[in-house]
Amino acid sequence: MRAGDRLAPLEVPVTRTLIVAGAIASRDYQDVHHDPELARQKGAPDVFMNILTTNGLVGRYVTDHFGPMAVLRKVAIRLGAPNHPGDTMVLTGSVEEVHGDTAVVRVVGANGLGTHVTGTVTVTVPEAGR
Amino acid sequence: MAVREERTRDELGARLKEYEGRPAAVSGAGKDPVNAPMIRHWCEALGDTHPAYTGPDAIAPPTMLQVWTMGGLSGHQGRTGAYDELLGLLDAAGCTAVVATDCEQEYLRPLRPGDEIVFDTVIEEVSGRKTTKLGTGYFVTTRTEVRVDGEPAGIHRFRILKYAPAARAPRARRPRPVVNRDNAGFWQGVAGHRLLIQRCTDCGTLRHPWLPGCNACGSLEWDTVEASGEGTVHSYVVLHHPPFPAFDPPYAVGLIELAEGVRMVSNVVGVPYDRVRIGLPVRLEFRAYDEELTLPVFRVVQR
Repeated sequence: MRAGDRLAPLEVPVTRTLIVAGAIASRDYQDVHHDPELARQKGAPDVFMNILTTNGLVGRYVTDHFGPMAVLRKVAIRLGAPNHPGDTMVLTGSVEEVHGDTAVVRVVGANGLGTHVTGTVTVTVPEAGR
Repeated sequence: MAVREERTRDELGARLKEYEGRPAAVSGAGKDPVNAPMIRHWCEALGDTHPAYTGPDAIAPPTMLQVWTMGGLSGHQGRTGAYDELLGLLDAAGCTAVVATDCEQEYLRPLRPGDEIVFDTVIEEVSGRKTTKLGTGYFVTTRTEVRVDGEPAGIHRFRILKYAPAARAPRARRPRPVVNRDNAGFWQGVAGHRLLIQRCTDCGTLRHPWLPGCNACGSLEWDTVEASGEGTVHSYVVLHHPPFPAFDPPYAVGLIELAEGVRMVSNVVGVPYDRVRIGLPVRLEFRAYDEELTLPVFRVVQR
């Protein structure tokens, strides 16, 4: 675990099922995350992924990379271009800083419209400091 | 998100600003204790197979922090009048739509099945009126502290944009080509999916775009040769601004050098705008933009 390390990209197919399952698993019943007609009335072309799902995917991406001992300490994300059904989001990441067993990872998720998410994740990997 | 600050008087913004620092939720209780089924549903939805989230010593995925505070279909508990008032003012002003823009979470201790969470939320900041691609509205930032048994378990800062949806204009059509006596033959070729290059019948020089006379010898006599369709990117620009109706910036406009030696301006397709490079081999194709308009474009040849 060293500053400059790159995480292998993760391709996430943005299906309608992922959007709806993520919204319901996060108890987010905002209509824009499951009802295309109401999403259109609110100015979006279709339903889109909720922030909690994106947050969870960013966390998963980082812990997948650092393995079973990895513990998330902080996740801070900002959303840009929405994740609509049929798109693919590609998550990429790089280790910005390492202090002992703790790393700060910069994550970017790009989709067909542009940048869906930028974020910073702080993760502790107990074995890494030994 | 591209955001434009409004310079005009913002009376609503001034009223909303008064809510900064006021509590949005006081001792709100999670609707359910942290529990294995909700953890499993979350992990299934997100494809998260981290071993820490299953088994007898399971912890909840830390990124579920907000989930335990969600009101669901039956609404929020512990929410104060202040937050409902704030949202009500925005609704009344036409800002009926909401989208989350930022989420910052800090995890102070793991949450485990059986933990009963309690949370307090403060309205941290309300922005002035902002215009975004989605519409005009206000960003509202809240800060929530989540506790278990009186001990802090996590901090959750959340920003939403509450906005009046912008009307969606019908998609504009691409501009029509100006067809005249001098270039009609070119467009007739395009209609038949043939890219025709003019050739001087006196000196044999090829020319494009179409012109009445030869640049080399001045002759007005010409015929045509059909381009093979092979070419390379001679040069290109990426257009970011200004956006024109029917065009979706950023996009690359290429100057294509055809195998025959003449150059033409067209779109490079098949790669993202930022992957277009000088020297990239391309091949002609005809793309229908609407029922009336077909244009020659150049697709990158994958090697």
